[in-house]
Amino acid sequence: MTTRLTILAAIREVAAEQGKTVAPLDDDLPLMEIGLDSLCFAILVARLEDALGADPFTAAGDGRLPSTVGELIAFYDSALV
Amino acid sequence: MVAGGRGRHVATRDFRLELDRFAEAGSLGDGLARLEGRSVLLAVGDMAKAAAALIDLDGVARRIVLCPPGAGAEALIALARASAADALVYDGDAPAPKIDVATRVACRLPPAPAAAPRVARFVTEWAMPTSGTSGPPKLVAHTLATLTAAFRLAAGQRWATFYDIRRYGGLQILLRALIGADSLTLSDPREGVDAFLVRLGQADVTHISGTPSHWRKVLMSGEARRIAPQRVRLSGEIADDAVLAGLRALYPNAQVEHAYASTEAGVAFVVSDGRAGFPAAFVREVGEVALRVVDDVLRIRSNRAALRYLGADAPALKDADGFVDTGDVVALSGDRYLFVGRRGGIINVGGAKVHPEEVEAALNAHAAVRASRVFARKSPITGALVAAEIVLRDGAAADEATKRDILAACRAALPAHKTPSFLRFVAELPMTDGGKVARHG
Repeated sequence: MTTRLTILAAIREVAAEQGKTVAPLDDDLPLMEIGLDSLCFAILVARLEDALGADPFTAAGDGRLPSTVGELIAFYDSALV
Repeated sequence: MVAGGRGRHVATRDFRLELDRFAEAGSLGDGLARLEGRSVLLAVGDMAKAAAALIDLDGVARRIVLCPPGAGAEALIALARASAADALVYDGDAPAPKIDVATRVACRLPPAPAAAPRVARFVTEWAMPTSGTSGPPKLVAHTLATLTAAFRLAAGQRWATFYDIRRYGGLQILLRALIGADSLTLSDPREGVDAFLVRLGQADVTHISGTPSHWRKVLMSGEARRIAPQRVRLSGEIADDAVLAGLRALYPNAQVEHAYASTEAGVAFVVSDGRAGFPAAFVREVGEVALRVVDDVLRIRSNRAALRYLGADAPALKDADGFVDTGDVVALSGDRYLFVGRRGGIINVGGAKVHPEEVEAALNAHAAVRASRVFARKSPITGALVAAEIVLRDGAAADEATKRDILAACRAALPAHKTPSFLRFVAELPMTDGGKVARHG
């Protein structure tokens, strides 16, 4: 599975577990508007660490964090290079 | 210290200590005389030797320091420093530990006839590390009086314990045996719970004590019906309704009770009504044991509490009113206090506090769950997340459906941040040497 598909599937999985409804996951969708609260987002990041073997949020030294779904995918893609 | 009476004994897997032998025999030989008035580090390999040496040393040594089983040279040196030890009792069947003390005496079994009668000149201080599941160990000082103040002994009791007698919980049971019980059967670190239960059945034990973690192993053992105890006692960890109900069903003729005790505060109370927690009426300041709840934490004042912490710069053990702060968080629910967890063990999920123990209680309430361990997983988003390991009951399927069902039950009982975000099935949980669920590492 590509990084993109893994991330999108994980978002839907965490949302389903936590009883949240997610917005259509376009690349331009701001992360704040996905429909996940910070607990869900924390779970998502931990699941992705297990699935992809990387946690760019912990690794991000320069404090530049993604703000949209597209940036989130790119964030992981660059961490996995 | 040892009461008379033929046939009374302390049995390990490999040795039977006949208590009436100690009137004229001992395990320390001529060395006992050299230990008079000393602060003695007791570091022997097995519990039979430890019991024999304790019988010999009480009243002779100024202080006995109970070293935990398996303590390495570094740990022993730290204990020696904290207790100002100037003597060592070591295992005569093993190399002596390399510790710099003036007097070294080997402990050997079987007991040999003593050259001179034992003369008890000292009110010996019994020092032992606290049994906390986190943080560096601290040494506390007890006396035989504080250690035995809670005893109400009756004839005909054959005791057993899962504990090691070199820690407070096990020492309580050893002293019961020395002072009045008919016999005591002790576990062996090299045998599993099944083999121990077979031995307990052969000894026809009547009273057995252990942690809820020990008892969950019994509930999972095919040999559990080897014993038919009169009394089953849980202590050392929070006893939840699931483990209490499981033991009542397994041993319908037994009184299943849980005791609240700590190395520092001593034995405070026993709850015999079979329910988790304790009656709110216990919180009062009259009688031998006074209870107080300050900032949701239980404080205890009693004649069973330790005297003080040992060592330079040791903190005060008791507050200005003589109460020991237990660090155990309690919550009032109707007319009952329930144990919530340890003050220092809180998992912080994005600023919301989670006690691992309350999550474990919710998990353990599920019909498929035998035992659980809840711990923190680091998160760059919320600081921590709640993770859990679960041991399933026999017959429960270790599959996604079971996992979903357990988590659904948790969500119904707990807010989202307390519900485990990660859950996996394991064959067994890591335990500390003291028989408690290991919370760190």
